[in-house]
Amino acid sequence: MMRLPLFEFRAPRTIEEAARILDGEGTNAMPLAGGTDLLPNMKRRQQVPKTVMSLRYIEHLTHLQLDLSGSRLGACLTLADIAADRRFRNGLTALAQAASLVATPPIRNMATLGGNLCLDTRCNYYDQNYEWRKAINFCLKKDGDTCWVAPGSPKCMAVSSTDTAPALIALGARVRLLSRNQEREVLLAELYNNDGLDYIKRKPNEILAEVLLDDLHGWKSTYWKLRRRGSFDFPVLSVAAATRISGNDVVEEARIVIGSAACRPLVAVDAAKSLVGRALNADAIAEAAVLAARIAKPLDNTDFDMSWRKKVTGEFVTLALRELRGDDMRGERNNFMRSDAHCSP
Amino acid sequence: MPDEKQLRVIGVPRRRVDARAKVTGQTRYADDILLPRMAYCKLLRSPHPHARIRKIDTSRAAAHSGVYLVLTGRDLPIQYGILPVSQDEQALCVDHVRQVGDPVAAVIAREELTAFEALDLIEVEYEILATFADPEEALATPAPRIHDYGEEGNIHKRVSLEFGDVEQGFAEADEVFEDIFFYQGNTHLPIEQHASVAVKDPDGKLTIWSCTQTPHYLHRALTKVLQMPAAHIRVIATPNGGGFGGKSDPFNHEIVVAKAALLLDRPVKICLTREEVFYCHRGRHPVLMKFKTGVKKDGTITGMHLQTLIDGGAYGSYGVASTFYTGALQTTTYHVPRYKFQGCRTFTNKPPCGPKRGHGTVQPRFGQEVQLDKIAEKLSIDPANLRLRIAESSNAVTANFFRLSVVNLAECIRRVVTISEWKEKFRKLPEGRGVGLACSAYLTGAGLPIYWNKMPHSGVHIKFDRGGGVAVFCGATEIGQGSDDVLAGIVAEVLGLEPFDIRLYTGDTDLGPVDLGSYSSRVTIMAGNAALQAAERGRDIIAEAVSEKLAVPKDRLRFADKRVFDSAAPEKGITFAEAVCLAEARFGTIGTMGSYTPPKSPALYKGGGVGPSPTYSYTASVVEVEVNPATGWITVPKIWIAHDIGRALNPTLVRGQVEGSVYMGLGEALMEQQEFRRLPKKLSHALVHKFPSMLEYKSPTSLDMPEVVTELIEEPDPRGPFGAKEVGQGPLLPIMPAVANAVYDAVGVRIDEVPITPEKIMKALAEKKAGREPRYGPGNFPHVEWPEALRVPPPWEGGDGNAVNDVPRTSRRLTEKEKVLSS
Amino acid sequence: MNVISITLPTESQKTAHIRLTLNGEETDVSFAPYKTLLEVLREDLGHTGTKHGCELGECGACAVLVEGKPVLSCLLLALECDKKSILTVEGLGVDGKLHPLQEAFADLGAAQCGYCTPAILVTAKALLDHNPRPSRDQIREALSGNLCRCTGYQQIFEAVEAAMVTIAGCGNTGH
Repeated sequence: MMRLPLFEFRAPRTIEEAARILDGEGTNAMPLAGGTDLLPNMKRRQQVPKTVMSLRYIEHLTHLQLDLSGSRLGACLTLADIAADRRFRNGLTALAQAASLVATPPIRNMATLGGNLCLDTRCNYYDQNYEWRKAINFCLKKDGDTCWVAPGSPKCMAVSSTDTAPALIALGARVRLLSRNQEREVLLAELYNNDGLDYIKRKPNEILAEVLLDDLHGWKSTYWKLRRRGSFDFPVLSVAAATRISGNDVVEEARIVIGSAACRPLVAVDAAKSLVGRALNADAIAEAAVLAARIAKPLDNTDFDMSWRKKVTGEFVTLALRELRGDDMRGERNNFMRSDAHCSP
Repeated sequence: MPDEKQLRVIGVPRRRVDARAKVTGQTRYADDILLPRMAYCKLLRSPHPHARIRKIDTSRAAAHSGVYLVLTGRDLPIQYGILPVSQDEQALCVDHVRQVGDPVAAVIAREELTAFEALDLIEVEYEILATFADPEEALATPAPRIHDYGEEGNIHKRVSLEFGDVEQGFAEADEVFEDIFFYQGNTHLPIEQHASVAVKDPDGKLTIWSCTQTPHYLHRALTKVLQMPAAHIRVIATPNGGGFGGKSDPFNHEIVVAKAALLLDRPVKICLTREEVFYCHRGRHPVLMKFKTGVKKDGTITGMHLQTLIDGGAYGSYGVASTFYTGALQTTTYHVPRYKFQGCRTFTNKPPCGPKRGHGTVQPRFGQEVQLDKIAEKLSIDPANLRLRIAESSNAVTANFFRLSVVNLAECIRRVVTISEWKEKFRKLPEGRGVGLACSAYLTGAGLPIYWNKMPHSGVHIKFDRGGGVAVFCGATEIGQGSDDVLAGIVAEVLGLEPFDIRLYTGDTDLGPVDLGSYSSRVTIMAGNAALQAAERGRDIIAEAVSEKLAVPKDRLRFADKRVFDSAAPEKGITFAEAVCLAEARFGTIGTMGSYTPPKSPALYKGGGVGPSPTYSYTASVVEVEVNPATGWITVPKIWIAHDIGRALNPTLVRGQVEGSVYMGLGEALMEQQEFRRLPKKLSHALVHKFPSMLEYKSPTSLDMPEVVTELIEEPDPRGPFGAKEVGQGPLLPIMPAVANAVYDAVGVRIDEVPITPEKIMKALAEKKAGREPRYGPGNFPHVEWPEALRVPPPWEGGDGNAVNDVPRTSRRLTEKEKVLSS
Repeated sequence: MNVISITLPTESQKTAHIRLTLNGEETDVSFAPYKTLLEVLREDLGHTGTKHGCELGECGACAVLVEGKPVLSCLLLALECDKKSILTVEGLGVDGKLHPLQEAFADLGAAQCGYCTPAILVTAKALLDHNPRPSRDQIREALSGNLCRCTGYQQIFEAVEAAMVTIAGCGNTGH
């Protein structure tokens, strides 16, 4: 049986207390939300914090204020709560779908929104037990010198594997980061670095406390996830798309995000721009799909052949955009995601 | 055969005898055992795929607080292994490690976490050796040798058998087909990780609980390595949380905890992590196959030549048997008048391969069924009709001298064609949807034991007591397949009791007679027949006493509803308990024995010991698939399967075995891969398992599993108890080729490889689009120096089962076959 | 290279204590603080009914109900379970009688080797408590976090459906 390493446990009751602890411990402490990412990493000795600080007892972190004019989501809302709450399906559909597709039902009962946004980047060479990593002499991301995905690369190429980040980026979300002496808001699209090791701008002494959304009237959004099985697996590719369409079917604003194709979620700027001012017809969709696929750079760090993942990106973007247009995509969702239960709570 | 109408237990769908314990969490698996003062063991494993151990310093670990004992290879140097011909393992490697994960030391400590942390305090100096990642490398590089035994270099075993002149067969053919296939390795992935607990009695006797499928073979290995009398060692096989062949070898960790318990005088437990289970492996061999088959225009086979190249991994395990299995059963489904088989197993620096559900017959079955599909297409014959035309018949003897019993392959095909609406779908569904058909056969128990001996393969002892209690003692092991229920059902039927009235003591080498273990689907037929014999003997003794007392002729007495009564006047009878008392008063304490030895096989040639079986089961399956041509994405909406089982002793249990086999077959067909990764040689010598975790080794979830429709063909086979044949492995075999054949029907590409994945389908579609052969698969079979073939004339050429060019036999006592398998 | 740091626990860390409600009974337990709920249930509370297949959240065999919801006990610190209400397979039956799910699983072949069974039972109970009449697809979805290598799931679905009917017939939650 795999056992956790020894650690000190802290359970603050307020955000202020939590921020003080993180400030004092620095990199020796890690916040614990649902534990579904941190605990496996600790058992594999990828992360061995001296102090584990539970966020479970801080009420403020689970508050929820939902309104199409603007929303505030506490970072410790569980993915199951988000998936099950009908209100998310009206305007925040991409987020609801993303949350309901993460891992498995019991994991979603534990895992949190903030935890998924801060999800460690992943790689075939890193997400392995301690002894396995010893056999490859470790890797650039942890205790080693070489990135085995791309041995010539000076930086780590671990892949972004969060489902909720692409969805929320497509919805234009911001996050609020709190530390002992500072409070700041960052556009979620700018929270991530294109580096598998230094992948997130959240500092070790900061708590991601809240997700903020602005006015989403008129927006429709969708999230598509590609993985081998119908559950458990992390995404090998994902597409989040959102559009605001005018009365005469013209796209006024659009966002397309490609997930799990780089160290960070990729915003397909050109693809989105190409849709503005047009109807979501077959030509527009095809053009946008080609542009979006161009930015995807999958590497050999997940399941599936990287060249295949690249090849199917365009098709996947097409499916998402067709759904935004209003096509009935349940058949395709059932095919790729083995179920359409995530389409509604 | 008993009167059908009279059967009260056999054939009735019912709750299995161990079900309630399992659904209440009461069943005690190995890791559930907690004993006072128990210590925990962890193994230090090699991080190198191939190396010599130069030095090992355990002093810091031994001195660490909380550590009780540290062991190295020097403490357990005696070699062991499941097969007498390949005793090539050491509980802890002494000076040579052959795979990442090979154990080199053991720490036993008060807490498991302490033992784990102390592993890092052991210093090992390795000298790195060249690494072999696949059979091609092993063939090309005879040194350094992974093992000092075997044929030569890194070739473990080569086999060459010829039954009739295949060249003549090809000359007589209208068409000759040559195809190369590859079947990737995969593993058992039981939910329960391997665990063992060992304890020493105050008088020095050892007891070990372990989730083993083969307590008898573990017993023999412990006797050998610990150098203790077998009678002082007790092996108790705990109910396995899944086995599938992965718990059939004696393992390093079992021997280590036994030794530690002897030295420490306290119980010692080990429970492997999931990664370690991948290193134990003993799973499906990766096999490259070349099939050359000659057929007449009507599909009749005139000759077949099969070559297999097998990736054995770091140790022998069951590998020699596996090698023979990759050629043995090709003649048991369709008539093959001339057959040549050549197989070669090499060692490689990866976890050793061994028996996984279907053991070695799965891979060539894939090749044979896909090639048959190609043949059917070329000859413009429906694949189902082709198979019906050439199917073997009951009681036939194959070219390689395996005697078949009841064969209902044709009925399986007809049934599955009907229930799947094959005729309306095959080659008629729209682009992107397709159906595929495939068949298979499987052994009902290996005809020969792992170590040559003349003793029974299974023994059952039944105790009858005055309270009407019946206790059944047998070495058979419950691995989830229902062996306890089979025993209880048979005994209950014979004695007129309910299965729940029977007390079972199984898998314990102290309590029950030897049963060789739960492998090769042998338990129903062997332990079942032994139980049948013991029960009938008991009934006979009791009937004798009752007959005297009631003045009723013995043959008119009936045992039913817990009574013994006159079948002509049912009210004239006594309770079963009273009957036992009568018998005990008349004859003394009542206890009976039953045993089973398979009938002698006509395959007398060297190598003929692998493949014979008292009888074979047959299966036919149709799989429907949907393939998205834009992405290669594959979905399987439905599977139909018909299985020739002889008789379903417990239909509820049988259905579960069929559906479970289909599930595992589908996993292999679509996603399971035991794959390895080699790092760039200039930067590292690493050769590691790509994903030794339950997340990345893909097993289908509830969302990935299609609907399965099962039909059972029940024509009782006289070889089996109440006519029963096997069901735990056969239904897995046709699934993979049926999927491949369905993909061809759907989008017109051949995937001559397992697993069948979207990436491969896309590549094949690209080939098709470019006007090249619409296929993905291996291109060539490497050159192998085959030994001279042992020539065995088939029965219809006057053969007697012997080879005509064998080494002259000096002794009539031991045949070559026997020497091969003896210790 | 030693990358595992070996730290000896300070006095204050040697044992932790919590009080939880286990299968309806208020229970105190002391344990080594690094242990997950899975380990405490099995090793310190003697409740070995809950199993483990990977300890990393990748198989579902360790599922228990916390406050009525299925969670993976291998990823839950026991320290975080103070004052929580836990249900394991041992607590499914009431007054010596099996829960309808247990009866159905036993009778309909839903348990073969039985190792995944405790986790699937409690997960199915949570499903039926929340949704007394799930469709086949909803059952499939609810159990999508539990791997079974033996059954192929079909007899499991049928057993859940049979239990659903029994419970509906009783007009209560099944006891």
